[in-house]
Amino acid sequence: MPYVYYPGCSLESSAKCYDRSTRWVFHRLGQELLELEDWNCCGATMYMSIKETISLVFSARNLALAEKMKADVVAPCSSCYTILNKTNHVLEENFILREKVNQSLKKVGLRYNLTTKVRHPLDVLVNDIGVKAIMAKSDFKLAGLKIAPYYGCQIVRPDGFFDDRENPTTMDRLFEALGGEIVDFSMKVRCCGGMLMTTFQDVALKLNMEILEAAGENGADCVITTCPLCQINLDAYQDKINKKFKTKLKIPILFFTQLLAYTMGASKKDAGFDQNLVPVGERILGGVA
Amino acid sequence: MALNSSKEPGILDKKESELREAFLYQVSNIPGGEKIKKCIQCGTCTGSCPVSYTMDIPPREVIALFRAGDIESILASRTIWTCASCYACTVRCPSGIKVTDILYALKRMAMDKNLFPKRFPVFVLSKSFVTMANLFGRSYEIGLLLAYYLRTNPLKLLGMLPLGYRLWRKGRIGLLPKRVKQRKELAKILREAEIMEMIVPVKSGLGRTSGTH
Repeated sequence: MPYVYYPGCSLESSAKCYDRSTRWVFHRLGQELLELEDWNCCGATMYMSIKETISLVFSARNLALAEKMKADVVAPCSSCYTILNKTNHVLEENFILREKVNQSLKKVGLRYNLTTKVRHPLDVLVNDIGVKAIMAKSDFKLAGLKIAPYYGCQIVRPDGFFDDRENPTTMDRLFEALGGEIVDFSMKVRCCGGMLMTTFQDVALKLNMEILEAAGENGADCVITTCPLCQINLDAYQDKINKKFKTKLKIPILFFTQLLAYTMGASKKDAGFDQNLVPVGERILGGVA
Repeated sequence: MALNSSKEPGILDKKESELREAFLYQVSNIPGGEKIKKCIQCGTCTGSCPVSYTMDIPPREVIALFRAGDIESILASRTIWTCASCYACTVRCPSGIKVTDILYALKRMAMDKNLFPKRFPVFVLSKSFVTMANLFGRSYEIGLLLAYYLRTNPLKLLGMLPLGYRLWRKGRIGLLPKRVKQRKELAKILREAEIMEMIVPVKSGLGRTSGTH
């Protein structure tokens, strides 16, 4: 069954390694990802904060284009995933907004009939393709690697379509099956602050410090995440956090697909390890043990 | 602010009643928005919020103030701007109130009515984001950050240069914007959407305009 791939803007720039590793993993599993032709930005939380109808139209253009392809959309960025799902939800419940959106799309001959399902690759990989199929392609070189699975906010909240909202375990189960050791991680769904890193940096630095400390205290060799914004906050600002809070954190922050690709035989380049700022060190590359 | 002793009880001044009308319309657009009436003031939202300590009016009080008829104070607060949209309050609320969506609605109202300090960071960032998205159809990270720092605090841009350089070395900054191909079509859709945005039902109330619930 093919999937419609909606990379989203971040995966074209700051999170290229997420894009590269996601495509690689799906390809290795023999799953087709058809990139949505001429997709546009989902609008993110920021468009939603300015104009409601227009932000819904922005997001719905993608859903209308995908509808023609009659397959589930796979959206790796947590923000895209939430916004596209939220658009579906709002349009289902509110016929006035639905009509407003379709009236706008009609200008270019588009119409959205609310049939596009939006999924996260983590959901598709574990629940459609299955842990067994992934294990069959894995070389288990993660054995003994201590992993802190960080889910963040927007793939489990507000709706939590495929996992628990307070204690999600999809990544835990997947990586445990691949030989990894999942550390206790009380911050797995705590917010990283998102765009507050740009607007109110002091607030965001504290949030990220708490997340990293919790991972470090439990001996994590790395943190894995599903969200471009969480990844860049935790990875790129680790130096600043160390300076501000006098900590000595040095924890690689990987997209979960990077680690997945690596254990399925991808080269360092295909796994996108060359793009992580906190270097992916020997603990991960050295076959661990 | 809205509590004016010279007025009869229960009568709101004009500005407050206009704000209230606009707010109720916004809330009626949120699926399940009418549940705001069921707040039991338990404080679970405030307790779950990772940034409530930075807010002058925490989420629980936002709802209390709305009920007390003082939306103006909420709009003037830091609260709606420091919400990071993590939805922790929303999923834990025992009354099913969509707290995050309500804060979005308030944020839109504050921006609409220019109720925030000049060159306020969140507003500038969102506005710059929307400008880029409308122009290219996709977000343009480096352009967004440049526009943001130039309009808020250009000096901070200097402080960001070392990190920017490291990201660029790693191939994580796209210098040129990516664009959608059908930009003209997208512009057409957005022009119509702008008209649609302005159409507001004449009289609105909780749960009245959204039909299906």
